[in-house]
Amino acid sequence: MCLGIPGKVVKTFQEHDVLMGKVDFSGVVKQVCLEHVPQVKIGQYVLVHVGFALSQIDEAEAQRVFDFLKGMNQLDELEAQESEPVDLPSPNVRAVAARDGPA
Amino acid sequence: MKYLDEYRDGVAAEKLAAAIRQAVTRPWTLMEVCGGQTHTIVKYGVDEVLPEGLELVHGPGCPVCVTSLEMIDRAHAVASRPGVIFCSFGDMLRVPGSKGDLLQLKSQGADVRIVYSPLDAVTLAAANPQKKVVFFAIGFETTAPPNAMAVWMAKKRKLKNFSVLVSHVLVPPAMTAILSSPGNRVQGFLGPGHVCTVMGYEEYFPLAEQFHVPIVITGFEPVDMLQGILMTVMQLEAGKAEVENQYSRAVKREGNLASRKLIEEVFEVCDRKWRGVGSIPQSGYRLRAEYAEHDAELIFEVEDIQTQESGECISGDVLRGLKKPHDCPAFGTRCTPQTPLGATMVSSEGACAAYYAYGRHLASRAGRKEQLVQVGGGK
Repeated sequence: MCLGIPGKVVKTFQEHDVLMGKVDFSGVVKQVCLEHVPQVKIGQYVLVHVGFALSQIDEAEAQRVFDFLKGMNQLDELEAQESEPVDLPSPNVRAVAARDGPA
Repeated sequence: MKYLDEYRDGVAAEKLAAAIRQAVTRPWTLMEVCGGQTHTIVKYGVDEVLPEGLELVHGPGCPVCVTSLEMIDRAHAVASRPGVIFCSFGDMLRVPGSKGDLLQLKSQGADVRIVYSPLDAVTLAAANPQKKVVFFAIGFETTAPPNAMAVWMAKKRKLKNFSVLVSHVLVPPAMTAILSSPGNRVQGFLGPGHVCTVMGYEEYFPLAEQFHVPIVITGFEPVDMLQGILMTVMQLEAGKAEVENQYSRAVKREGNLASRKLIEEVFEVCDRKWRGVGSIPQSGYRLRAEYAEHDAELIFEVEDIQTQESGECISGDVLRGLKKPHDCPAFGTRCTPQTPLGATMVSSEGACAAYYAYGRHLASRAGRKEQLVQVGGGK
C-alpha cells in the first residue's frame, strides 16, 4: 500500500487549477498529481504513490549510500596494506540525536 | 530503472551484509514497520544473509491488514446500496469481512470497482452524476495526501455525489502500543520511509528517547534495508537510541509541508480500532466536520455491526511482531491467498502473503533454511 515508485517527469500541466503531469516509469507513462512538488522540472524524478507525487528525489542524497560503500572499499584497501583492523566509518547519513529536538 | 536498479545491486548488498556481520556481537531483534519492507526482506532473502541472532520481526504497517473488520463490514453495507459505485484499491477486494469479501459482492451485482488512485474516483464521480461514488479511503500517512486531495478537489468542484469511507491509521501511536506491550521484543526500528516523505521524522524523536530505542528511517530496496539494518545495529552495539535517516534521497526532516497542510485541512486525529491489535487512542484520521457532505459514514448511516473474527487466525500476533507466519498451524494449508483466514494473507504487503509468495510455506519450521536452499530461496 505504501508503495512508492520513482519516475521521471516528462510533462506538466494544470487541470482544475491543480498541477498535474505525465511521469515515465521505465516506459510506462502515467498521469500523476504534482501539486505538492511544485518545484519539479521536466527530466527530474519524483516518488509516486497512488498517482500522487510525495516528494522529489534528491540526486545528491541518492549518492550517499554509494559514497559510504566507496569509503568501505578504501578502508578494505588500507586494511590489506597495513594488515591491521580499522574501524568502519559511520554509515550514518543524517544522524540526529533524539535529545537535539526539532530544528 | 534509475533509483531502483542501483539499490538492488548484489555486490553492494553483500558488502553491507558483511559489515553487519562484523558489527554484531550479540542477539538483537529489529522490527521493520512497513509491509513493503517486509515484502522486500522476504523477496530478496535479506533475513537470510544476517548473522545468527539478528532477528527481523514484521510490523503492523500493512493498512489493508489492520483495517478493522467492522469497517470492512461497513464498506460491504455501503457497496450493497443501490445507485452506489464503490471504489477501492485492489488489495481490499479479497479481504474477508464477516460475510465474504467485496469481490463476492461484485459477483452478486454490486458495482465495485478497482481504482489506481483516489483521484480516479473523483473523475468517476464527475462522469456519473446520477450515481453516488464512494471511495474506501484506507492507508497510513503515505496515502493521506492523495486521499485528502481527492476530498478537497471534490468539494472545490462541487461534486456532491463523491464521498469517502475513511479508515486512516497512523504509525507513531502503533509503535508506542508495540513498545508499551508487556510481551514486546523489539529493540530497534527500521522506520517507515514513505510515511516520512509526508510527515518527516521529528515525531519519532520523543519515541526514541522515551523507550530508548534506535529508529532509522529506511527505504524499500534491499541495499536500503541492509544499510538501515547496519545503522540500527551500530547504534544498538554502541548503546545509542537516536533517530537517523537512511532514506535521505526521498525523506526530509520536515517531510512535505504542502501535504501536511492539506492533511490538517481535511482530516483530524481520532481513536481507531486496528484489526488484530485492538483500539489505539489517537491513532487514525477522520474527516473534519467541514467535509461532512463527503463523509460516507454520515451519508449512508450504517448501523452498528456485530462482527465475528476467525478463531484460528493469529494475524494480531504477527502484526505486533510476537509471532511469524509459519508459527500458525493454518499457514499454507487451511489459509492461503486463495482462501485467506485473515487479512495478512491477502494484501501483497501482509507478512503471511509475502511468506507464502516466496515459498516459505514449503519449509518446515525445523528445517526451514535447508529446504529454502532446495527450492531456490525464493523467486
